Amino acid sequence: MTEPLVVARDLVKHFPLSGGALLRSRQVVHAVDGVSFEIASGETLGLVGESGSGKSTLARLVTRLLEPTGGQVLYDGQDITHWSARRLRPLRRELQMVFQDPYSSLNPRRTVGAIVGEPLRVQGIGTRAERRRRVRELLGVVGLNPEHYNRYPHEFSGGQRQRIGIARALITSPRLLVADEPVSALDVSIQAQTLNLLEDLQEQLGLTYFFIAHDLNVVRHVSDRVAVMYLGKLVELSPADELETKPIHPYTEALLSAVPVVDGAHDPRERIVLRGDPPNPAAPPPACRFHTRCRYATEICRTVEPPLVDHGNGHLAACHYPLNVSSPAIALAASSVAA
Amino acid sequence: MALLEIEDLRVRFDTRDGVVKAVDGVSLTLDRGRTLGIVGESGSGKSVTALTVMGLTRLPNATVEGRVLLDGVDLLRLPGDDLRRIRGKRVAIVFQDPLSSLHPLYRVGKQIVEAIQAHEDISERAARARALEALREVGIPSPEDRLASYPHELSGGMRQRVMIAMALVLDPEILIADEPTTALDVTVQAQVLELIAELQREHGTAVVLITHDLGVIAETADEVDVMYAGRIVERGSLRSVLDGPEHPYTWGLLQSLPGATRGRRLHPIAGSPPSLIAVPAGCPFHPRCPYAFSPCSEVVPPLVESEPGHANACHLPAATKREIGLGLRTGRAAA
Repeated sequence: MTEPLVVARDLVKHFPLSGGALLRSRQVVHAVDGVSFEIASGETLGLVGESGSGKSTLARLVTRLLEPTGGQVLYDGQDITHWSARRLRPLRRELQMVFQDPYSSLNPRRTVGAIVGEPLRVQGIGTRAERRRRVRELLGVVGLNPEHYNRYPHEFSGGQRQRIGIARALITSPRLLVADEPVSALDVSIQAQTLNLLEDLQEQLGLTYFFIAHDLNVVRHVSDRVAVMYLGKLVELSPADELETKPIHPYTEALLSAVPVVDGAHDPRERIVLRGDPPNPAAPPPACRFHTRCRYATEICRTVEPPLVDHGNGHLAACHYPLNVSSPAIALAASSVAA
Repeated sequence: MALLEIEDLRVRFDTRDGVVKAVDGVSLTLDRGRTLGIVGESGSGKSVTALTVMGLTRLPNATVEGRVLLDGVDLLRLPGDDLRRIRGKRVAIVFQDPLSSLHPLYRVGKQIVEAIQAHEDISERAARARALEALREVGIPSPEDRLASYPHELSGGMRQRVMIAMALVLDPEILIADEPTTALDVTVQAQVLELIAELQREHGTAVVLITHDLGVIAETADEVDVMYAGRIVERGSLRSVLDGPEHPYTWGLLQSLPGATRGRRLHPIAGSPPSLIAVPAGCPFHPRCPYAFSPCSEVVPPLVESEPGHANACHLPAATKREIGLGLRTGRAAA
């Protein structure tokens, strides 16, 4: 197997919660709490989770927009965990991000040409004329009219603005694109256009994607493997096609059953409605963080944190009562808990 | 007689950029105890239709034509005072964003009490008891404490429950829910949709559910109206629309939905929705429609029944539409 492009090892990010001026609270939010995974070159790793799961923080750790509190980030074999902004700068060409909101991630006072060309300017790549040519080329690649070089963001629709954001991310010919909710602000038909575009670009440019979204359907559609996060922890990591047929973690099972589907209404599945709200990430439940909402939880779930166990075929889950697995795997899980 | 009947509703707004035709000839009916799903993308006119029913488009720059009959009474022609007696009491609405619908500086209990007292001559104490009961009914834990909470102290899902409690506390005949779960996480969405369905069963409320999400429609609605550029382009029972869709826009929506299969190519609708200031002549969908032919750019197709209870507004021959629609269904089942 080739060297993975990205390795995250036991990544931790804590944010201090600033209390009032007098009460200097020591409380911290454990936004990401010991997450490990790899992204192979050319693959799409999807990451799904609800608000407060830490998925956006994880994206920013991988792209080193944030510095981890603990653990390691390896990019192309180099440990970039604590690199300075200056040292990271050349790497920024290879490692780009696309954000959710096509409205607030584009400077309204700059032309599209200036926005898309900005990374080249910052990186000091090419002459003005060369940069201009490259911007026009990229506008064409993402399906925008290169003649719209001098227009401003407000002259474009939401879907077109997201294309501008994608063009900006691609202009330095990156290898890794981290997309944080890239289509969730878009209408269904525009969302589909954008997903197709991302797929085409991956094929043409050999890109590696880390694709983050709250929409399980979208994530499953684009990903080779899907990671599921709950309250700062990875609870399951699955080949995309196995996630629906054999979810292992009860949270994944609940998530799948909560997604409204157009064609499922014929044979109403058992709908698992989770009790209660997601807990406060600043005070997550002990041991298994899902136990407060889990219908299978017993005493062990409240006292012993389940490790992330490989149940075969690269399908990992962190649960004391794994679903859809054969008994040897359960025994394995149990023995590793005991160890 | 239907509980709510909208006849040829047209809503236009005069803006600096021109006249926005937000709703352009919408007719629909809602029967007691039923759930009507209205699905469409941004700018389809689905929200403006709902706001107009509530009398919330009575603005200086708005022109409203047509009729909105509640039990035979035209709400569009009611004086403001009479309308206020109906709004909230007989027809209630829940919006997408509960944080901006609730007043940030008043306690939740006070806001529900005010909503009750706006319509009923009832003591503060009795109103509080009703508010408490309503919070309990929508499944808010320790409702006594929550009466004293400010909106920012509640989670998004809890806020939306408060909005639903406030909407249902006066036992309205119609609940309009405009993207009620769009801002919520999917597991919380499932809770809220289940709650609406449960309350509907118990109270016999008719629900108009407005959403961009066909999946949400599929799990909640009895009947569906598909809107595009201010018009209804397809209507029918839930199953007839999803299993045998007849309008190219509905086909496009269904083919835009990402499914479970990796690599199965999506077939999105080309282009973007039109500006409502310059709606294309003829069928408003024709510039994006892969099946458009000569009449489409000239003649507006009327909404015509293809079978009882299933109608579409498209010039294509009926047999062609049926064949393509059923083909889609099989294609989805195979995928």
